[in-house]
Amino acid sequence: MADYLPLTGAIDLTSAPKARPLVLEVLHGWVTTVDHKKIGLMYIGYALVFLVIAGLEAVAMRLQLAVPHNSLVSPQVFNRLFTMHGTTMVFFVGMPILFGFGNYLIPLMLGARDMAFPRLNAFSFWIAAFGGLLLYFSFLGGDGLYGAGTAPDVGWFAYAPLTAKVFSPGHSTDYWTLGILLSGVGTIGTALNIVTTIIAMRCPGMELSRMPLLVWLYFITCCIVFVAVGPLTAAQIMLSIDRYLGGHFFDTQAGGSAVLWMHFFWIFGHPEVYILVLPAFGFANEIIPVFSRKAIFGYPAMVAATVAIGFISLSVWAHHMFTVGLGPGANTFFTLATMIIAVPTGIKIFNWIATLSGGNIHFTVAMMFCVAFLFQFLVAGLTGIMLSASPFDWQLSGSYFVVAHFHYVLVGAILFTIFAAFYYWFPKMSGRMLDETLGKWHFWLFLVGFHLTFDFMHIPGVLGMPRRIYTYEFDRGWGIWNLIVSSGVIFQVVAIGCFVFNLLRSYAKGRIAGPDPWDAWTLEWSTESPPPVYNFATIPTVQSRRPLWDLKHPEDPDSNYEM
Amino acid sequence: MFVLAITAAIFLAAGGVLAYVLIRYRQRATDPDREPAQIYGSNQIELSWTVIPVLIVVVLFLTTARVIFNTESASKPASALDVVVIGHQFWWEFRYPKLGIVTANELHVPVSDPHHPTPTYLEMSSADTDHSFWVPQLAGKTDVIPNRVNVMWIDPESPGLYLGQCAQYCGVQHAKMLLRVYGQSQGDFDAWVAQQQQPANQDEASVEGRSVFLRNACINCHTIAGTVAAGRFGPDLTHLASRDTIASGAIQDTPDNLRKWIDDPDRMKPGCLMPAMHLNDRDLTAVTAYLTTLH
Repeated sequence: MADYLPLTGAIDLTSAPKARPLVLEVLHGWVTTVDHKKIGLMYIGYALVFLVIAGLEAVAMRLQLAVPHNSLVSPQVFNRLFTMHGTTMVFFVGMPILFGFGNYLIPLMLGARDMAFPRLNAFSFWIAAFGGLLLYFSFLGGDGLYGAGTAPDVGWFAYAPLTAKVFSPGHSTDYWTLGILLSGVGTIGTALNIVTTIIAMRCPGMELSRMPLLVWLYFITCCIVFVAVGPLTAAQIMLSIDRYLGGHFFDTQAGGSAVLWMHFFWIFGHPEVYILVLPAFGFANEIIPVFSRKAIFGYPAMVAATVAIGFISLSVWAHHMFTVGLGPGANTFFTLATMIIAVPTGIKIFNWIATLSGGNIHFTVAMMFCVAFLFQFLVAGLTGIMLSASPFDWQLSGSYFVVAHFHYVLVGAILFTIFAAFYYWFPKMSGRMLDETLGKWHFWLFLVGFHLTFDFMHIPGVLGMPRRIYTYEFDRGWGIWNLIVSSGVIFQVVAIGCFVFNLLRSYAKGRIAGPDPWDAWTLEWSTESPPPVYNFATIPTVQSRRPLWDLKHPEDPDSNYEM
Repeated sequence: MFVLAITAAIFLAAGGVLAYVLIRYRQRATDPDREPAQIYGSNQIELSWTVIPVLIVVVLFLTTARVIFNTESASKPASALDVVVIGHQFWWEFRYPKLGIVTANELHVPVSDPHHPTPTYLEMSSADTDHSFWVPQLAGKTDVIPNRVNVMWIDPESPGLYLGQCAQYCGVQHAKMLLRVYGQSQGDFDAWVAQQQQPANQDEASVEGRSVFLRNACINCHTIAGTVAAGRFGPDLTHLASRDTIASGAIQDTPDNLRKWIDDPDRMKPGCLMPAMHLNDRDLTAVTAYLTTLH
């Protein structure tokens, strides 16, 4: 669309040296880099690799469950698969991919040249990456690859006392513990970096109230990380003390407490959902206005709702523990806290709808993913309200209804907006457009697969099918539903194939994007695609939330309306 | 149901508006080539979609709180039956302390007449890892946690077999830690109790099998009342033959299955904790014959 240079002097016009560097030099450049963009891309690439691995684990599980009494994998292997699938998706796909986009976009959106602590940034990436590699190192040895090696088999929330030495001999649980520990250290490092960048590195005129909403959402996310990831890391250390130094924190055989682990885990575990979903909201907050051709509706309310979600998310963890027998007082409190969080979340959805309303909606692939996100997030939120009512939860907790609910959030909301983010920001990152036709194939196939799998997964849950079972009996009436659920996987696999092919093909020979292909309004679109190492030749100055709108519409700038 | 109705209504309303907006404001070829009017927000509108959800949440919360307290603080009638439930990897132990009965995996309870309720109170704990007691048609689930006693009650109103299973991941064979609850009329239940209170069958015809059982490691884990076998690690076998299933509901209790099970349990339920006993054919046949007499 627009091919002008929006900010005078923002683009360096001196030509780059032409000689092609050697492969080793390129590799060395990536390994030693402290550039936020390269680190961001490494986060994203690493997360994509794990997305494919953990996706294949899910495929194996769905094949096993397609029919009752199937014997494709042994019970032990199935247990390893769901443990690795969950752990990988949360810690080594979700967090890195979101931090990857954050790393890449936040300095660009703030008009900064890099993160506040570039070396800490590199350290955080590599330590988290080693955590993931360590976890997968467990596949070597033991029963070999087909038997999933000595991969952990304690479930992604690894309830005590199953992790105690007596129930989990060998080192499988240690791989899990240390992998999470390292990932936690990296996460806290990156969160610290992002918060400092947001506070200290904004360009002139970029007041807190003028930051793009995506930056606000990362800010709140990182604040939640500070509170939530610490307990998880502490719990891993306590568990290691139990296993190797004779501690009894969680060792019920010696008087330890299984419930203590649940508290530690879920004090992390529920805020974690918001750590993942807030950046996803951030993507929607940038993409929906641009393709509606309107400013976001109710910016201050969106920020306030996010802050509210941040606070409330820290006081809802025990809704994962309604069946533990904490008593009516605790159950009532956590029911209330969980229901209240629906209010700020609802404000967000209504504001998005209001943003669309009266706009001129361009259905690009990025926008299609965002629209699907809105519908699916609505459903996920409402099944969440159902589960928050603890009597409902007594029945459905730990069943496939819960599995369907949280996949609706993690896939239907978060993964869909991540795909949207790829289609939206890939031109900035690579300088080339992703192919829209392949993108539509990707979207529709994934949409069909998603709904086949996760809509129908609610039903066996209501019929009494618990999660984490490697097989089930013929006489329970779950067979047909599981077959439908498994059939959806085929569509999803093909869709992901389209996506990966699209990424590779477009990277090589996609249409050249130019600095601002979407006619967008935030600062990252004012520099070249891909941006140079220093981002901006001269640091920009802004007067409003949409600096590029002001430039393109000097007769009617945003700064006239914002307070 | 009330919760379901409210959430469905919200979905239809919000989803409908969203769909309308998407269709009404989609990009058309006839659109003028300029940006639409920029609207930055509206305090009145935003206030309304804050206050209305708050009101909905208050209503939902109050109805939910009432159910929570009615369920969890219900007073226990004197006519209630007490059962101690102990979760094991990977089977259920049921003890009826007032009746002197110990059994496994198949819970027998009287059906409850609304005018004269005889609910069953389950006092639950675990011998090893976390488990969860879930029979969907009878009640929500309650976790079974080591070092902790949780109490729940069930109150079936019509006779029949209610299926359930462990609902908290507890190890390799979590999937085959099944549960069977038999709701019985008061008369049938009393007859079952009287039969379970009998000592174990000491019929001389099966003396060979009994001696195989008693001189092998079986007695370390299993109890047969009236013999030296007093192990607590595995299910009580005093009235094994009166049960419909073995291996925690996973396998029909037939002599043939029983024989295969004793020969190599791991083949029928991989990862279960009972070892293969490596008996010779003669001993295997004898001990199977003995166990089938334990009515």
